[in-house]
Amino acid sequence: MTMVYEDRGDEAGAGAVPMRRIRFTINGEKKIAEVEPRLLLSHLIRRGVGLTGTHMGCDTTNCGACTVLVDGKAVKSCTMLAVQVDGRAIETVEGLATASELHPLQEGFKEEHGLQCGFCTPGMMMSAKALLARNPDPSEEDVRWALSGNLCRCTGYQNIVKSVLWAAAKLRSQAPS
Amino acid sequence: MYPSRFRYEAPQSLNEAISLLHDGGDYAKVLAGGQSLVPLMKLRFASPELVVDINNVPGLDYHRADPDGTLRIGALCRHADLEHSGLLPATQPTMAAAAPLIADPIVRNRGTLVGSLCHADPQGDWASVVVSLGGSVVAEGPAGRRSIPLADFVLGPFENALAPDEIAVEAVIPAATGTRAGGYLKLERRVGDFATVGVAVSIETAAGDTVTRAGIALTGVGGATIAATEAARALVGKPLSADSIGQAADLAAAAAQPRTDHRGSAEYKRHMVRTFVERILTRADNQAERAA
Repeated sequence: MTMVYEDRGDEAGAGAVPMRRIRFTINGEKKIAEVEPRLLLSHLIRRGVGLTGTHMGCDTTNCGACTVLVDGKAVKSCTMLAVQVDGRAIETVEGLATASELHPLQEGFKEEHGLQCGFCTPGMMMSAKALLARNPDPSEEDVRWALSGNLCRCTGYQNIVKSVLWAAAKLRSQAPS
Repeated sequence: MYPSRFRYEAPQSLNEAISLLHDGGDYAKVLAGGQSLVPLMKLRFASPELVVDINNVPGLDYHRADPDGTLRIGALCRHADLEHSGLLPATQPTMAAAAPLIADPIVRNRGTLVGSLCHADPQGDWASVVVSLGGSVVAEGPAGRRSIPLADFVLGPFENALAPDEIAVEAVIPAATGTRAGGYLKLERRVGDFATVGVAVSIETAAGDTVTRAGIALTGVGGATIAATEAARALVGKPLSADSIGQAADLAAAAAQPRTDHRGSAEYKRHMVRTFVERILTRADNQAERAA
């Protein structure tokens, strides 16, 4: 993919860097991309694939707004190289809803007023999705622990925690017993 | 932000990785979890010409105990693996206490203990834990393997003893000769921040509750990880008591070299070192009493 980088004059050392061809899936769709090794996963998702639901907040591994799942594990996509997802499966917030139905997590955030500005929400939801896959019946403490790498500057977290608990209850009620 | 240009290799074997490093010389970096290296590259504090990604090298994601109790942690064992480990709680109380306090849950999914030791951040949590346990790092290069005690492995801030063509393949925690107790406590302003104060205490007790080995190490209260050896020595050769605990806590506080900064005053940090040493040892003492 074509990325425009600033010319800072410190690029001499590496000489000509070959592009790498990578294959991956994103929200179940198979993709091939040509990337420079320094491309970040967040840039691949936003500019390459064009899915802008993954937000760049701090770009310094602090805020968690760019959280996506790689092979089911939550990662900060600003802190992983795009070439590293070769052969792996990425899930982003766009993969949650179907054409006609919100995911229970999205419904939970709606029902429990789990967002105000919404900037941190995609990262919150992806961290929560990883938690619920591992632990379908989390305590409030479990939810707070799982979301402790995601910063929200609006809500004070109370309603985000309620939203995730709401989604957990809904998912349990849907699960075949 | 994005890193400056580099060549990227993702070898499938350790031998291949080592020969890539050998050819890449001083300008190569090993990428494991990347949770320190990638941010440094984005900030251009690190601009390697070659990045050797070892994530595709099989067989490095383990942590396991040898039959004699020696614990081995592979180069691709993530912090989260240690946090959720079934092995650590019974045998490695200091490590089990520290794992959930490293960075934040998302970073713990990628970052590795061995990578943290290589990064040699003077504020790092794992270094104190491993120093308190007398641990070491195993490096592999073209000439084979060598074991380096952590105290010798860390040369200074962000500087380790690896040769340019060596990879740190595992960290090793020696087996306990007695019953192991201890813990790690970290004062942090928020999840993911560096420790304002971190204290690692590891002790071993023999029959009659006599302490046979003790290690105490401090994070965040000096320009490097501080091994509070005199404080540890005050515990050895007798059972834990309010007296010996108080003495060790005082000596650890004296060994700290805190500086006043935005995380707190030097006086406060020194006070917290004392409090944490006392708290960990008092808990260990209570646990031993309950077990008896």
